[in-house]
Amino acid sequence: MIRSAALLLALASATPAAAQLAGEPFIHDPSTVTLSDGRWYTFGTRQGGLVSDDGWTWHGGPVRPGGGVAPDVIKIGERYYVAYAVGGGGMSGGHASQVKIMWTLSLDPKSPRFGYHDVGVVASSDGVETADAIDPDFLLVDGRLWLTYGTYFGPIRIVELDPKTGLRVAGNQPVDVAIDMEATAMMYRDGWYYLLGTHGTCCDGPNSTYHIRVGRARSPLGPYLDHMGVPLLRGGGKLVVSARGRSIGPGHFGRIQLDGGVEKFSMHYEADMDRSGRSVLGIQPLLWRDGWPVAGENVVPGTYEIASERSGYALGLATDFVRIPFDARASFMAKPSDPVAPLPDQSLAQDSAGWPQGRVRVDLADYMVRPHQLWTVTPVAGAGGWFGAPYYKLTIAGTTRALAATAAGEVEAVPVFTGAAEQLWQIDQLTDGSYRIKPKTVPGGRRDLALVAIGASTPSLAAFDPASPAGRWTFRRP
Amino acid sequence: MRASLPHWLTTATAALLIGATPASAGQQAAPAAGIAPYFTPAAAAPATPDGDGFLRRWLLLEPITKPNRSNAGFTASYVRTALTTDYFPGQFTATPHDGDTVRAAEPLRWHALDSNSFDIKLFNLAQGLGKPTYGVIFWAYTVVDSPREMRDVRMAVGSNAASIWWLNGKEAVGLFNDRRMVMDDVLSDRLTLRKGRNVIRGAVINGPGLSDFCLRFLDADGKPITALSTVLR
Repeated sequence: MIRSAALLLALASATPAAAQLAGEPFIHDPSTVTLSDGRWYTFGTRQGGLVSDDGWTWHGGPVRPGGGVAPDVIKIGERYYVAYAVGGGGMSGGHASQVKIMWTLSLDPKSPRFGYHDVGVVASSDGVETADAIDPDFLLVDGRLWLTYGTYFGPIRIVELDPKTGLRVAGNQPVDVAIDMEATAMMYRDGWYYLLGTHGTCCDGPNSTYHIRVGRARSPLGPYLDHMGVPLLRGGGKLVVSARGRSIGPGHFGRIQLDGGVEKFSMHYEADMDRSGRSVLGIQPLLWRDGWPVAGENVVPGTYEIASERSGYALGLATDFVRIPFDARASFMAKPSDPVAPLPDQSLAQDSAGWPQGRVRVDLADYMVRPHQLWTVTPVAGAGGWFGAPYYKLTIAGTTRALAATAAGEVEAVPVFTGAAEQLWQIDQLTDGSYRIKPKTVPGGRRDLALVAIGASTPSLAAFDPASPAGRWTFRRP
Repeated sequence: MRASLPHWLTTATAALLIGATPASAGQQAAPAAGIAPYFTPAAAAPATPDGDGFLRRWLLLEPITKPNRSNAGFTASYVRTALTTDYFPGQFTATPHDGDTVRAAEPLRWHALDSNSFDIKLFNLAQGLGKPTYGVIFWAYTVVDSPREMRDVRMAVGSNAASIWWLNGKEAVGLFNDRRMVMDDVLSDRLTLRKGRNVIRGAVINGPGLSDFCLRFLDADGKPITALSTVLR
């Protein structure tokens, strides 16, 4: 496997696709997305990286000296440790490489606390052995700092570092934990260590077969097995994410843990088919199912019932229920042999005849497949977004009536979508597959409120509690 | 006729299908125990909400007859009209007392009661008093004394069937359509409990079937408020 660092260059502007990150998210081998000084940073192969205020719009600008490939970042105490590799990777035909560590107190080049300090070399390959000391990744668990590295050229290895200094723990020897991987990453959850790595072919644009797989172990040193019990040291690995839509060749996983228990992951796509097939940053929801990480997805534009995970009731306009004409007595008394015919769905015109012209409050009620319960979810082009998902508008299907936050912290439908911030909704898939729905802002500026079923039949805006079903919603096809 | 209906038909559906007169369908002889299994006369000592915050002390008016052969028509528009109609003088303004009688279509008496349950069993009240149980409107009244002003409070109500609730003269909560009583079913917008006396009025409308309600206040964190007291006598 020959890696090409040349892919990451050329940060010229391109037209962003609606369902992908905005800005100029061109990068290869992104480091774990890390918060510093109120902004989010990721660094890639060669120098530099990307920075974002919101996880949706990304621009160049970060500074990382040292060059080399595939860095990773971890914050421990006040320090941001950065690991990167120089040499190796098959570039120029060689596999001699060194994993180096440095630290800084800020990732913001404009901060007075910004400034890198070299720690030294913590792992290496000599160019003769079948090993390739590149693609480092940190994991800190219970005060112990681990670092994995390696490529298809030999095993993936793990070493232990001193979290106080970033140096290798004295006497520590590398342990082989996987083969047939590169761009590894580690996670720890509920007593399991997860080793993720990229399989497939790198660096060939739309023809790259890059995809991410995972195994898990009770010890950071392994043995890592996949869901079929196949050791990662024998090529195992459960699929996490592969090509989808216009995004081809995901690789170089990075876990992102956000507020409210929301988890997402970063990666690069070898080819963004809407951006000339160039390598770009990608961010997707991270789900956990049966103890395994699974790639989630942003809500797909379309028309849905929005169901509360609290009561199972459906979000809808709080309008008078309109009955479908029906002769209950005749129906119950009908003979099996009596002819039947389809009943038409209730039309929007039938349901909406009595709707108020202005603002209408919303409530939760039995889902009856009625027009006042059908919401069309549409990404709003150019409105921004948050961590891998654009802001959406939620409108009653076939109408201009749009869900909106009120200054009093309640929710209502306004007659016409105007693009105001209180009508833009951040929809984040949660680790169980349901969704959190938050207004971009509530009139008055609050940004910490989410759509919550405060009663079985009452939606409102409240702080999101990840432990409660009240703030979780499911988008169901009508 | 009823015996010939499929067993899975609910009482309400059966009433709909057979065209029974709701009042007659729900009219039953008063049980010998009266309302005793469900209520006790309100004591003189102040009452506090139960441990979950539910208000158990209420003045309850004997039911107003309002025939409805089904609960299916309880839209917000219908219920709001039905429950804001004047049935007796001082309906929204007077301070009732135990034993007071109001001049509705027929004389109806207020009863100051403590509920034995978190929910106020209106059907059993009517049944125990030998009054109509179906096709009725129940009026409820209570007062909560708050030791301090409480902001961002929510009134949380469940009712069978539809109902509207007013706090200090302003509509706070409406429950519409054919509902079953579920705790914390519908919550008010954020509101303020005054320091001192706060008046709660409610009206529950029901066609056929059981009828009850439960009501409590929740704080800004959704926790029940128990630091309230009620004196009705």
